[in-house]
Amino acid sequence: MKLPKKLQDKYESLNEKDRKKLLRNYEESLVAPGEAVGVVAGQSIGEPGTQMILRTHKFAGVTEIIISKGLPRLIEIFDARKTPSTPSMTIYLKKDVSSDEKKVRETATKILELKVKDVLEKLIVDLLNKTVKIYLDKTSLKKFMINTKKVSEMLKKSMKKEEITYEGNVINIKSKDANIKNLYKLRVKVKDVYTQGIPKIEQILPVKKGNEWIIKTFGSNLKEILKIPEVDTTRTFTNDLFEILNILGVEAARNAVINESLMTLKEQGLSVDVRHLMLVADIMTADGTLRGVNRYGVTKGKKSVLARASFEVALKHLFNAAVHREIDELKSIVENVMINQPAPVGTGMLKLVVKHDKK
Amino acid sequence: MSDLFFNGVFIGTVKNSLRFIKKIKKERREGNLSYLMNLMYDEKHDNVIITTEKGRARRPLIIVENGKPKLTKEYIKKLKNGEITWNNLVKEGVIEYLDASEEENSKIVINEDELTEEHTHLEISSLIILGNQASMVPYAEHNTATRDIYGSKLLKQGLGIYASNYLIRSDTDSNILHYVQKPLVDTIMWKLMNYDIHPIGCNVIIAIMTWDGYNIEDAIVINKSSIERGMYRSTYFRPYKSEELRYAGGIKDLICIPEKEVKGYRMEKVYVHLEDDGIINPEANIMIGDVLVGKTSPPRFLASLEEFRVGVEARRETSTTVKLQGNGVVDSVMISESSEGNKIIKTKVREQRIPEIGDKFSSRYGQKGVIGMIVPHESMPFTASGITPDIIFSPFSIPPRMTFAQVIECLAGKVAALRGTPINGTPFNNENETDLRKELLKLGFKDNGSETMYDGRTGKEYKARIMTGNMFYMKLRMMVSSKMQSRARGPLALLTRQPTEGKAKEGGLRLGEMEKDCLISHGATLFLKERFDSDKSVMPVCKRCGTIAIFNKFKNKGLCPICGEKSEITLIEMSYAFKLLLDELKSLCIYPKLHIKPKS
Repeated sequence: MKLPKKLQDKYESLNEKDRKKLLRNYEESLVAPGEAVGVVAGQSIGEPGTQMILRTHKFAGVTEIIISKGLPRLIEIFDARKTPSTPSMTIYLKKDVSSDEKKVRETATKILELKVKDVLEKLIVDLLNKTVKIYLDKTSLKKFMINTKKVSEMLKKSMKKEEITYEGNVINIKSKDANIKNLYKLRVKVKDVYTQGIPKIEQILPVKKGNEWIIKTFGSNLKEILKIPEVDTTRTFTNDLFEILNILGVEAARNAVINESLMTLKEQGLSVDVRHLMLVADIMTADGTLRGVNRYGVTKGKKSVLARASFEVALKHLFNAAVHREIDELKSIVENVMINQPAPVGTGMLKLVVKHDKK
Repeated sequence: MSDLFFNGVFIGTVKNSLRFIKKIKKERREGNLSYLMNLMYDEKHDNVIITTEKGRARRPLIIVENGKPKLTKEYIKKLKNGEITWNNLVKEGVIEYLDASEEENSKIVINEDELTEEHTHLEISSLIILGNQASMVPYAEHNTATRDIYGSKLLKQGLGIYASNYLIRSDTDSNILHYVQKPLVDTIMWKLMNYDIHPIGCNVIIAIMTWDGYNIEDAIVINKSSIERGMYRSTYFRPYKSEELRYAGGIKDLICIPEKEVKGYRMEKVYVHLEDDGIINPEANIMIGDVLVGKTSPPRFLASLEEFRVGVEARRETSTTVKLQGNGVVDSVMISESSEGNKIIKTKVREQRIPEIGDKFSSRYGQKGVIGMIVPHESMPFTASGITPDIIFSPFSIPPRMTFAQVIECLAGKVAALRGTPINGTPFNNENETDLRKELLKLGFKDNGSETMYDGRTGKEYKARIMTGNMFYMKLRMMVSSKMQSRARGPLALLTRQPTEGKAKEGGLRLGEMEKDCLISHGATLFLKERFDSDKSVMPVCKRCGTIAIFNKFKNKGLCPICGEKSEITLIEMSYAFKLLLDELKSLCIYPKLHIKPKS
């Protein structure tokens, strides 16, 4: 018997008696041929799922970042939604940074997406001079480590038509085709101009975990975060599965599915064996992309017509099968239950043939 | 200057709206204007709105003027003597009806002692917060609202004497409780709704304790001797109707004792109770399957009658049979005529129902439970004075549901039984707990209603003192004898050839989707197949075209209507439901071709 590498090393370090014991235990804990692993996984996740409270969609905490939890989150993961309802990141920092609170907070402010409205004191539309005057708040400028010059530069970048000057903490934007309507439009537009930080990171929260500091964010942008030198790229993760898939690849996406679903279940105080989740994650990522466990994903990929038809929108599958002249091999379980034949699982998996002695 | 609207239509303006409203109200109270009219002042829009439209919910309130209610003691005295009625009060401007809009401008007080100069109306009773049903729950203000709702819902299910002429009525499924009692602790509503004349339960002695786990999970333990004395015994009535129908061509049903030649003749013994006219004798003891009214009908298809057979043997047996769980008695037989002039026979069957394990009982606070054990009197716990409880109720049912009224009723019931007068437990206006405790102490008991009790089986004293008292308990409509069902073989549905569904049709229990998954995950494939074998059928399949063919049993040969003589038929075992699926696919213009291969 071939042991996994980890076990093989252990096996070699044991004496004869223990080796036999290990082998026997290993053999016993293997899944038997014909075991309905898929159904067991489904039931093992489904049963605790009934105990989850639907109401825990979003928890509003005082300082915690609001993240969708519980059953809605689990459904989100297994359905492989393109964007999570509450994108969030957990950013780990390199060892020389992570223990120093000051440095961590500095990095955090660097990460946070800053818009003009965040450093704004007041915004005045001067109709006489046809300008929009932006008064910047000095304390928040200091807090976010940015100056008027930088802000005005960013404004110039996004508004190439307008004439932008600054003086002290006041920025003047003179509109060229200045009628009142345009000025008011400009006033609204100015507020959402990006100034510094990483786009999409809307909130940050440095949290102490053990003896190191980590940064939790609301909003996710893995690609840009990984470029920051202080960030520990090996441990940082996001809850946006597709972001992981696109940046880090399928294997990472598979692990993300496992970790996210396990975390969601653990948060609710439910324990599900990882191997069930691993199986689900394997199936979801088997073809190199991320497919949801629903009729657009995993079920669509089933070979048997009858199996597909037995799960949601039956007619569509039947008509398509007729058009393409599909042949159902009747090799899976659902079809065989339908036609009342022994299904190839468990005891119906193997066929024993007795060899008669020629005597 | 405010706008004036009448029934939603602008009709003019008012200079001083408040004075105008005051005047109109005065006129209405004096009876010069209709009492059906309501008016309000909308401050936000400066509108005066008068409505006399139909469909407004209105409620009566006592008018308050200068901090004094207009309903004085003289009026109450006159009301009691019968000199005046409610209508007089309305006419004289003591009580007026308000709708939702006029309520907006009013200040209504619930209790008279909270009355101030500002108030305009006084609530007739604080009970008005609750509806008819909810105000029948005593001490409801001590409970959480959910339990009061559950409790008032259960009141509808309690057995009692629902109508005193029940013997001549023929309601479907009616129950009569034998020894009904007026509750010791009630509310005003019980009297007002005539529930003290036909109550819905009886007063029992309960002990709040555990009993060897037999009252776990809301179950109750009940005293066997109490049952034998007739406690919660009820009778179940069920009428059966049979009609002598007339058919086209002058043929009609015949009520008689069917002859043995009749098609579908049952066993001889089911007809024994029938008289010569084919109708059962009242007071006959009957069992399930017995015939109440013997009847024969002409054959379903008349053509077959004329061509082949004539006479009795062609007729069908269509007698009315009884559906009972235990033994029943024919209560009454009524012979009449329908509006079409057909002879109608209504037989009412009665069945005595003695409380058994599984019957549902409830107090009035949503504390419902089933009998978990029937314990002999001598094994039940008893108090020092020799009182044995009728029902043992589990203490674990109280804290999570917070039904304090359950405990208070237990206390109040005890006081009521000891002092000999009933207690008024009307919500918000009742004998309160402190008074009850004092009274109980005066009567020589512990003020919390607990007593030292002894185990009936060992005679040993229980270490804890146990709360006992009197409570009003109801037997609810749900009884095991009308729910119990089992099936080994039985009728099949015509279309699917699968077992029928539901108790009335002697149906099977469905092995559903999730149950199927369980069998799969156990790997019990062959058992799974056998479990779904109920519609197993062998179908002739044409190998050439792959469709279901025909099998001629006489010639012992198959024939495919598509391929004709060339057809090659094999017999394939499949579920009938799958054959139906194939047919349905064909109706969708999909050709489901079966490829037949030998078993590998």
